[in-house]
Amino acid sequence: MTSFLPPAFIFIAGAALIPFLRGRLKQVYMILLPALAFLNLLNMPEGSSWVLNLWDYQLIFARVDKLSMVFAYIFVIMAFAGAIYAAHEEDNLQLTAAFLYAGSSLGVVFAGDLLSLFIFWEIMALASTCLVFARRTQASIKAAFRYIMVHLFGGLMLMIGILMHVAETGSLEFNLIGLSGLASGFILLGFAVNAAIFPLSAWLPDAYPESTVVGTVFLSAFTTKTAVYTLARGFAGTEILMWLGITMIIYGIVFAILENDMRRVLSYSVINQVGFMVVGIGIGTELAINGAASHAFAHILYKALLMMSAGAVLYLTGRSKTSELGGLYKTMPWTLLFCLVGAASISGFPLTGGFTTKSMIASAAGYEHITIIWMLLTVASAGVFLHAGIKFPYFVFFAKDSGLRPNEKKLPRNMLVAMGFLAFMCILVGVYPQMLYRLLPYPVGYVPYTGDHVVGQLQLLMFSALAFFMLLKYLKRTETLTMDTDWIYRRGAHILVSFLSVPVAWTYNKLGYVLLEKIPNVAIWISKNPLGAMKIGASNVVVSMAGDKEAKKALQKAKAAYPGTLKEWSISTAVSIALVIFVVYMILFFS
Amino acid sequence: MNKIIEYFERPNVGKAVRYLFYASLVLLLILEFLVEKHPYFPWAGFPAFNAVYGFLSCAIIIAVSKLLGKFWLQKGEDYYD
Repeated sequence: MTSFLPPAFIFIAGAALIPFLRGRLKQVYMILLPALAFLNLLNMPEGSSWVLNLWDYQLIFARVDKLSMVFAYIFVIMAFAGAIYAAHEEDNLQLTAAFLYAGSSLGVVFAGDLLSLFIFWEIMALASTCLVFARRTQASIKAAFRYIMVHLFGGLMLMIGILMHVAETGSLEFNLIGLSGLASGFILLGFAVNAAIFPLSAWLPDAYPESTVVGTVFLSAFTTKTAVYTLARGFAGTEILMWLGITMIIYGIVFAILENDMRRVLSYSVINQVGFMVVGIGIGTELAINGAASHAFAHILYKALLMMSAGAVLYLTGRSKTSELGGLYKTMPWTLLFCLVGAASISGFPLTGGFTTKSMIASAAGYEHITIIWMLLTVASAGVFLHAGIKFPYFVFFAKDSGLRPNEKKLPRNMLVAMGFLAFMCILVGVYPQMLYRLLPYPVGYVPYTGDHVVGQLQLLMFSALAFFMLLKYLKRTETLTMDTDWIYRRGAHILVSFLSVPVAWTYNKLGYVLLEKIPNVAIWISKNPLGAMKIGASNVVVSMAGDKEAKKALQKAKAAYPGTLKEWSISTAVSIALVIFVVYMILFFS
Repeated sequence: MNKIIEYFERPNVGKAVRYLFYASLVLLLILEFLVEKHPYFPWAGFPAFNAVYGFLSCAIIIAVSKLLGKFWLQKGEDYYD
């Protein structure tokens, strides 16, 4: 046997114990579990192990290589930070679901075959739905229902794809698939739902902001990033992903600018950031894949940090609309400080994780001389700063004073510790990127800190800030919701149903009348006197072809008299006829 | 921490921060001439390219988003209820 456990098992088995623990012991247990998983990761040699033979197929629960390891490291670090942030939480549903969720994500990352990948994929969908549901408001229950429907659809696409793929290739192995043929198309579609690739993206900003303070932090990290991993593994260099990624980036920025709810702004920003990774995967060179993986790493750190600070504001004020917030810097300075580190990181300021990772993707486009992609990525870097880097902190902590004076001392200490930890990590990755670069799938020769790059990036960002403040009056917050592609199932479906209801109901009624009334009645009528009925039928045909008035009258008379008096058979005759038929049947049967 | 906040709330400091911001913009434009450039595309090496590009793209993003929102995407908060 091997010297390590698949990390998914540690989390999933560990999650089962959480409801039975109480108080301090529970807190310590939740924080120790990811720490244990981290030590376990250090002990995992490259190669495939934990193989289960199933008929002709192999289920591989631990395929360890550099690509799976970099995602595993960040997932475990994230689970650690999340566990600290959640330490005060007493709701067992949230805690168990969160650990199950983190565990199944790790299961996907280490799955060497498509079947175990699919199983963990579905556990992930279930656990994350529980996290949305756990807020237990009317809005969150509805959002959770929509969320699971979308993910069941995605899972179904993935399953169809996997079945077709296995039928075609005869192998369950999960390696580079590439977009060719229907099977790979379905698999890509299944991955695309979880990666929130536009237009399959509206579930994310619909559901995440409805979750709890703790739940949203976990949600922001795992689903989309496991999808990024599976895309990087299965579809690296698939050109269409480049364009889909660019669409996500632009869409994320536009909707984040229009949105009012702070956690929804950050959710659109998740789509925007995942867009960068998807572009990297689409470009598919070594530098680009490194960029996508390292950006996923840094992104989880700063997006969780931003979600945590938004969660802290929600925890203390009970509000999440930016139009109802503002001026919080006066009483929440630590939250503001950590939030600013996250904001600087996501925008890609030098000395933060965003600068040392995101720029790899743009550079990959630059080296390949894909002009339009490079230009749009650069626009997007400015746009990220606009919506996530300035808009979020500015409207929550500064802008117009809302009069709210939440007392930061009432915030559970562990929440601040978790934010501090992630802020430290963001800066660590920014100042000492070699630590992360060593973990990346391919050798890195990339040097982020050149005078040209630092000055260019700062120019881009500072002049974006200038544009923000000059156009501030156009960015006034409005109390609106923004129509997204979820319109199709939240509104469009209603309209479709009301359109369809008339023809469908008409067809249903007609069919019922014909099948259940008309046809049986005719059968009854004929069986009353089959011979007479045939006669009437025949004369009907004759009369309609060449009949005079008298013939018509005679027919009507016959119809009125139907069924008439039937010839009565004596019992002996009837028995004799039956006997004859029986004898004929026997002869036919035995001859 | 509270002292820092009080310090920043003084009116003169607010003004100073703004001037510092403008000064940093100018400084960045000057610094550009002191570093060795290696742009991916020849036109990306023009002086102040990044500054102009960043400013314009933000302005365009804001304008396009707002127009889309106003005429199409933004609805009342009870739209789906």
